[in-house]
Amino acid sequence: MAAVQETIDQVKAIDVDQYKHGFVTDIESELAPKGLDEDIVAFISAKKEEPEWMLNWRLDAFRRWKTMEEPAWARVDYPKIDFEDLHYYAAPKKREGPRSLDEVDPEILETYKKLGIPLSEQEILAGIAPENRVAVDAIFDSVSVATTFKEELARAGVVFCPISEAIREHPELVQKYLGSVVPVSDNFYATLNTAVFSDGSFVYIPPGVRCPMELSTYFRINEPNTGQFERTLIVADKGSYVSYLEGCTAPQRDENQLHAAVVELVALEDAQIKYSTVQNWYPGDADGKGGIYNFVTKRGDCREKNSKISWTQVETGSAITWKYPSCILRGDNSQGEFYSIAISNGHQQIDSGTKMIHLGRNTASRIISKGISAGVSQNTYRGQVSAHRKASDARNFTQCDSLLIGDKCGAHTVPYIESKNSSAVFEHEATTSRISDDQMFYCQARGLDEEEAVALIVNGFVRDVIQQLPMEFAVEAQKLISISLEGSVG
Amino acid sequence: MNAPAKIQETKAEQSLNAQFDEVFAQTTQEYANQRKQAWDAFKAKGIPHRRVEEWHYTDLRTKMNDAFALASTTAPKADALKGAGDMKTCRIAIVNGRYAPELSSDQDVAGLSVAQTSGFLSAQASADDAMAHLNQALVQGGISIKIAEGAKIELPIEIVRYTDGSEVSSYAGTCVEIGAGAKALIIESFEGEADAAYQSNALTEVKVGDRADVHWLKLQVESTKALHIETLSIDLGAETNFRHFIYNEGASLSRTQLFLEFKGEGTHAGLRGMSLLKDSQHADITLFVKHAVPGCESREYYRSVVDDKARAVFQGKIIVEQAAQKTDGQMMIKTLLLSDAAEINAKPELEIFADDVLCAHGSTTGDIDEDLLFYLMARGIPEAQARKILVLAFLSEAIEEFKEEQCVELLETMIRSWLHADDMVNE
Repeated sequence: MAAVQETIDQVKAIDVDQYKHGFVTDIESELAPKGLDEDIVAFISAKKEEPEWMLNWRLDAFRRWKTMEEPAWARVDYPKIDFEDLHYYAAPKKREGPRSLDEVDPEILETYKKLGIPLSEQEILAGIAPENRVAVDAIFDSVSVATTFKEELARAGVVFCPISEAIREHPELVQKYLGSVVPVSDNFYATLNTAVFSDGSFVYIPPGVRCPMELSTYFRINEPNTGQFERTLIVADKGSYVSYLEGCTAPQRDENQLHAAVVELVALEDAQIKYSTVQNWYPGDADGKGGIYNFVTKRGDCREKNSKISWTQVETGSAITWKYPSCILRGDNSQGEFYSIAISNGHQQIDSGTKMIHLGRNTASRIISKGISAGVSQNTYRGQVSAHRKASDARNFTQCDSLLIGDKCGAHTVPYIESKNSSAVFEHEATTSRISDDQMFYCQARGLDEEEAVALIVNGFVRDVIQQLPMEFAVEAQKLISISLEGSVG
Repeated sequence: MNAPAKIQETKAEQSLNAQFDEVFAQTTQEYANQRKQAWDAFKAKGIPHRRVEEWHYTDLRTKMNDAFALASTTAPKADALKGAGDMKTCRIAIVNGRYAPELSSDQDVAGLSVAQTSGFLSAQASADDAMAHLNQALVQGGISIKIAEGAKIELPIEIVRYTDGSEVSSYAGTCVEIGAGAKALIIESFEGEADAAYQSNALTEVKVGDRADVHWLKLQVESTKALHIETLSIDLGAETNFRHFIYNEGASLSRTQLFLEFKGEGTHAGLRGMSLLKDSQHADITLFVKHAVPGCESREYYRSVVDDKARAVFQGKIIVEQAAQKTDGQMMIKTLLLSDAAEINAKPELEIFADDVLCAHGSTTGDIDEDLLFYLMARGIPEAQARKILVLAFLSEAIEEFKEEQCVELLETMIRSWLHADDMVNE
């Protein structure tokens, strides 16, 4: 019962709209002027010292974006975004001298320390058991400020660096894979991202290498009125393996901030990518004021046979979430997985799910989605499973369960099941209910009080997904869940 | 891809424009307003296409090449109408959207009254759907069927909707009112001349009074070249027991869209059905089930068997409003794909705003189970026959719910005939 007690303590300790990552770092920043035109795109490209092909690619995306309309099909409701009222580039002012970890602005190091993200390698080596080491790429507003363990990773042949650096130093890899999973004009936000993305992480795992440690990116939005547009590209070459973690926070501000990221994963023959996210952007206050708009395009391509991509996400933050991590199962025998916990409280709106596109033979996918809605939030699962003509023996199992806490929230399930192959077997099941009186009675009859009983039942409800998370994240996720649901009981 | 496409009028839409102008010129003052409003509502949407979420899988805009001329009044021979076959019923015949008393046998049934109407329905009944609006814009007539309060109608009420002629279209508006405490079995068939290409667009409004007990069987056996669209708008009173079953076999393209709303507490609604499709048929069943009051129960069970290049579409949306606590809703969709060119698109949706509910949906898609096939073949049954047995078993499960023997028999005969398994012995 220790874990339960811990949950209860956390719940009690923190007030409903106290978001513990809500502080602002006071730091001098370099900002692009507000608004968006071709000059801004060129400005960002120049800042990053990009080659010409990159600039052309961005400008092409920008021109296409101008002709596109914001999608309105998701079950989310928000005032229209003024794309002219945003800074598309914000970077902490650089100091002179070579960039090593010691030279990073102490204010920023302090910020990450406060967030519990260790950036100093010495500290990690001294303080934490070596097997728990995680290499971190820290992204602060529009730029990557530090990447740890680069040398050790380089010895294994792994490339882990900010994408702006990869464009300069590994152009052949970037040019080959960037935009090959999420094409330029994929959707409104992805196209915008293509035009203005400023940084993100790039990972390349060479053939046959099992990445020696977990890789991680930590996103932080600090400046007001900025949009964060990061781009992540992970390529796992033949027979390699990588586990990648992503975390995000932002200060508490009254206005809404936009975060439109694109993540592309490419798994070649026999390769495996495990991508875990704990999304904890500022969700807005108790009245629904402020918070991040999280409009993200994430897609993995199982490009060759026997490859596997697994998405695990814990979604607790953001005022609005619009996110569908997908798998394209192109290679024969490839596998896709999606494990998700989406928790909405207060005025949050979540429209999230996945797409499993079966193209190759003998492909398999599994979707486990657990939605919990509380307060006056709306939580939608939207998922597509499709088998194309040639996807013989495709197999899918989908389970999406929703739990409602309180009578003012909504939980919705919108699956799209499309099969064009008779040997494809798709199973889908979904349930929606609240915590039953029987369950509560059973727990309470055994001496748990109401809050403990709810915590226990919720922990059980999300267990299937928590088990998929890497150790470090599982602990954090469990804490987050209890905090997110705080104030919803009773 | 996201750029807004400039939409041009299709040939079908141009034909409809001309038809409306003609119909509107002949409309009496009394209905002119209603017709115009419906037309404006239709024009605002146009013929539904894949960009309209509710019609995503049935792209009528590309599939409806033309709008045929409105059907005139005709008098088909009595034996052209099949209905429920030999079953003893009281028959209500509707030909080309108009009541045909000479082909009917509904007179002198206590508690049942049938009358010819203009076909215009009350405003709230017409769902906000382009094809329902189009029905009201071009409606040629219809009937009203009333079952008196407390009436227990012994004979099944048989509604035969017959489209006479080829390359014609019919628009019928039907209103069915079932009084409180009444009990009835309704068997409705949609049919037409074999191999004739025609378009039938029906709008049916059903009001079920408190404590009524209604079982409604819809047989969609239109000509295999027909376009069939039916919009059902159903309101259920308190403590009623309403069951609806669709048997979908005909038409090259069919869509049954059912808008059902619970208006009184303690009601049970059982919606079931099956689609049997082959060649390049396309059948769409779309449900909007709205729980607006507490304590109601809904069941949606649908099965499809899809062969050749046919395509089955199922969309089911269960909406539970905040007031509808203690709702119990279960939806299950099962599909057998018998050929590699066959296709199923399913979208079972839950939209829930109340917390004290029990809602679930499930969906399975696949081919005949290899193990079962092997079991039968190991016992000396040839593969073709073994497959038929398994398909028959799959479909038979869906009709077990019928307590009415004559309905079970009727459906079994139809399924066997579709499977070419008339000679197969039971058990």
